[in-house]
Amino acid sequence: MTLSISLTINGVRRDVDLDDPRVTLLDLLRERLDLTGTKKGCDRGQCGACTVLVDGRRINSCLALAISHDGAEITTIEGLAKGDLLHPVQAAFIAHDGFQCGFCTPGQIMSAVGLIGEGEAGDDPERIREGMSGNLCRCGAYAGITEAVIEAQRRLAEDDRRIA
Amino acid sequence: MNPFDYVRPASVAEAIAAATVPGAAYLAAGTNLLDLMKGGAARPGRVVDITRLPGLDRIDMLADGGARVGALVRNADLARHPAFAAAFPAVAEALLSGASPQLRNAATVGGNLMQRTRCAYFYDTASACNRRDPGAGCDAREGENRAHAVLGWSEGCIATHPSDFCVPLAALDAVVEVEGATGRRDIPLEAFHQLPGTTPAQETLLAPGELITGLRLPPEAAGFSAHARYLKLRERTSYAFALVSAAAALRIEGGVIVDARLALGGVAAKPWRARAAEAVLAGAAPDRDAFQRAAELALAEARPSGDNAFKIELARRVVTRAFLLAAAGTPARMPALPASPFASETGAHSHA
Repeated sequence: MTLSISLTINGVRRDVDLDDPRVTLLDLLRERLDLTGTKKGCDRGQCGACTVLVDGRRINSCLALAISHDGAEITTIEGLAKGDLLHPVQAAFIAHDGFQCGFCTPGQIMSAVGLIGEGEAGDDPERIREGMSGNLCRCGAYAGITEAVIEAQRRLAEDDRRIA
Repeated sequence: MNPFDYVRPASVAEAIAAATVPGAAYLAAGTNLLDLMKGGAARPGRVVDITRLPGLDRIDMLADGGARVGALVRNADLARHPAFAAAFPAVAEALLSGASPQLRNAATVGGNLMQRTRCAYFYDTASACNRRDPGAGCDAREGENRAHAVLGWSEGCIATHPSDFCVPLAALDAVVEVEGATGRRDIPLEAFHQLPGTTPAQETLLAPGELITGLRLPPEAAGFSAHARYLKLRERTSYAFALVSAAAALRIEGGVIVDARLALGGVAAKPWRARAAEAVLAGAAPDRDAFQRAAELALAEARPSGDNAFKIELARRVVTRAFLLAAAGTPARMPALPASPFASETGAHSHA
């Protein structure tokens, strides 16, 4: 049985034939579409390394069946930068040493983009830590991650004001 | 993960027909089901994807003061719905204390009710578990069981239902709307989940193929909005199941409690409504002595199921504190750490 789905990934429409309904969104991205920026950590929804945006919301792609998301718009870490221009969250992670080994970083950054979009944490470190609690970092770069999210949030808010 | 047939029905009637076969499971977000399937603890032969069913993703604030919430509403959306959160603040606080932001963005209202009552032995297919494999025995009884049930457990199963959301729902008399081959019916949330007894695998009152379509909060539930809290004690600050939690709600008039509601989480195979504790508070002054009496009554029948006697005293203290917080008043803004004993209203550093 072939199951055809269509996804818009980082703005590009991708039609995919699945030969098995068990394929997760994470495995589809990594194994079928060569988008290996999204990482497989625990594969059970506990570490957040697989975080992507689906229709603008951050979710764990390891606990999502690809076939159930037919028609969705997906944003992965590969879709954030505009050419050589980093997304403000990416730039802030570099500026604040928000990582060491880097394995959790794509998930951290996608989660931070989602958190800032949710618009509830502001620049309150406690709310940011709570809002980032679905992403584990075994190197313990949490202090830098919190600072990076605060700065990125400020910069994106300034950009919004400039546009408005 | 086991192979399965994938079905995506277009209507509730089609979904029910597709799921009324042995081994079928409904799939919404899949945040619990897929996790269990990856570990082999759930092995449905047919997966019925209900995410495209129309009309089940609405939140309706009703003219009588109650609310109706569709089964496919996402946990995060319900918690952030301004009118819902204002009317039922303990429900919003419980939702925001559960799982992680990513999981709350995906997980649905119906799925939260349908998540399995479980423990590590349920997940581990090499262990005996009556809930996963009826009649197999229970390795948790003589195993690592410090987090297990202290109320309503049986020799067959000592696992707890991990939902936060269901705890204030039980306290506030929420009603579950279900639909099956023989029609629609309402089930009180408090009766929806079953204690293990000799049949731990039978977790809910749902018949095969029956589908949760929504839930309702009665108008009386909104009467507690000024004094309603959820308090959740965990072994880390965030993203952990409750060791013990409590939803406490009060109606206070002229300095006297006229009505009280209490349910506990993390203590039993279902959200645990404590009616005797509620009754003793009616007519009392909202002070620590009264709340401690209520806490004694709430845990009167508790007994350890293993290395967890500490949870009984912990639960008494959580109940007392949840009522003290409720009596102080629902905070104007959701705390930075929802339901946490470390929460501060201001969002200032609570620790570290």
